[in-house]
Amino acid sequence: MTAETASPAAFSKSEMMIVAAARELAGQRVCFVGVGLPNIAVNLAQRTVAPDLELVYEAGVFGARPARLPLSIGDPTIVTGATAVVSMYELFSFYLQGGLVDVGFLGAAQIDRFGNINTTVIGPYDHPRTRLPGSGGACEIAINAREVFVIMRQSARSFVEKIDFRTSPGNLGGAEQSERIRREGGWLGRGPSVVVTDLGIWHFDDDGEMRLDSLHPGATLDDVRATIGWDPRIAAPLATTAEPSSEELRLIREELDPGGAYTA
Amino acid sequence: MRDAIADLVRDGDTVAIEGFTHLISFAAGHEIIRQGRRDLTLARLTPDLIYDQMIAAGVARKLIFSWLGNPGVGGLGAIRRRIETGEPAPLEVEEYSHFGMVGRYTAGAANLPFFPIRSYFETDMPAANPLIREIESPYGDGKVFAVPPLKPGVTIVHAQRADSAGNTQVWGLLGCQKEAAFAADRVIVVVEELVDEAVIRADPNRTIIPGLIVDAVVVEPFGAHPSYVQGAYDRDNRFYLDWDAITRDEESIQGWLRDWVHDLDGRAAYVEKLGMERVAALKPGSAPSGSVDYGDYR
Repeated sequence: MTAETASPAAFSKSEMMIVAAARELAGQRVCFVGVGLPNIAVNLAQRTVAPDLELVYEAGVFGARPARLPLSIGDPTIVTGATAVVSMYELFSFYLQGGLVDVGFLGAAQIDRFGNINTTVIGPYDHPRTRLPGSGGACEIAINAREVFVIMRQSARSFVEKIDFRTSPGNLGGAEQSERIRREGGWLGRGPSVVVTDLGIWHFDDDGEMRLDSLHPGATLDDVRATIGWDPRIAAPLATTAEPSSEELRLIREELDPGGAYTA
Repeated sequence: MRDAIADLVRDGDTVAIEGFTHLISFAAGHEIIRQGRRDLTLARLTPDLIYDQMIAAGVARKLIFSWLGNPGVGGLGAIRRRIETGEPAPLEVEEYSHFGMVGRYTAGAANLPFFPIRSYFETDMPAANPLIREIESPYGDGKVFAVPPLKPGVTIVHAQRADSAGNTQVWGLLGCQKEAAFAADRVIVVVEELVDEAVIRADPNRTIIPGLIVDAVVVEPFGAHPSYVQGAYDRDNRFYLDWDAITRDEESIQGWLRDWVHDLDGRAAYVEKLGMERVAALKPGSAPSGSVDYGDYR
């Protein structure tokens, strides 16, 4: 990575979000990759801050070295050149439930202040207004990965006071309850540790509630308050996220997402 | 293909066309549509475009699944409409997580009464599906969740190659085809290439399904398009992107089914309609494995 940076007008909010999420993976070893935005962030991290990152895909690959950004997480490029192809039984039983995954990287349709996630329905389960994809592997990733990173666009519909369905557990009703239930239940995961959005970077306070630690260049606190369903906790002092470097932008635009599917 | 579906897939069956992104037997799904099967229960981790097409065609009354979408693109319109509006007819759903579905096939294959997993804690999933049940470890070290065995009437698997006895070899993503096949009452294997028994015996580590449990072998080159076959053809991502518009309303999806399923008599006609140029563009470069020596022990 070069230290050279681009001006705010020279990158999109989605590109800033992906770059910020990729940087959060510095120093991590084994990452379970979800479909969509996590996929591009993790592939960027492997090419920049975390070259030793082992990518685990739920399709049954450990140690993937994708030569192109897969549209689907079951793409043939995750197989060619990988360390191991395993059955999904082996992947979920031995790698995930066996405790080998450091970070589970998830997207979300709705999230609450404690990082609980909904990817199942908007509205009541039996008569949903919007039927979403459901869990996939997210539910077991949230429980068994050592920690969980979330990447999602922020909006009043997605950052809500109360999620319509709990697909994947976060800090439940707060840190005290979450730590007790996780300890007593023998869960391997500590829960969510970071939420990266198109406006900023959130970590979790000691009581388990989300706290905005960094605002992306160009974003304002008014933007944040207009796209959240509760009174948000803001760190003091509040940092400004470092702009994407020209190398990070080049990797996204030329290698990872030349069609602009994720970054438009 | 016509005979295999006619003989082995019956109205009211539970059918699993498995394959995680890789090796999805679209050819078999289309033949089931053409033969007008009804009231099927369709099981798959990811219903994908194939079940969107089959459900739009009216073959199913129920769907068992764990992730409902067009990965990286959007939704499955026909299925969503059935769930959200009940139009043109309600669709019963039974929903798990991926690990839950894998556990269900595993229990079905191993003749176990349930499969225990460390998932579902503190979620709304067991309330949405009462077949997901919390159980106490008999050894006194806590609670896990149980999922019931899934034993499809028919499992259909696409593969790179098999011999005429049905001994089937796969490379690339393995998904849970092995578990789904062993769990099933009947198994149909669809392959790119029929090979001599000696080819299978020269590389036994690659066999995932033995002919012992296979009821029919169908040779159907390009039968997994628009999904893919590792080493033979790429995933047709353009098709997956195009599907987003096709599946958006009932009229366009029915038009697609007419043009690409009902009006064609099989996969060879589908491949011809697709055109040589498109087919050739999906051919990957070469990345052969090294070979191993099994040794001669006479």
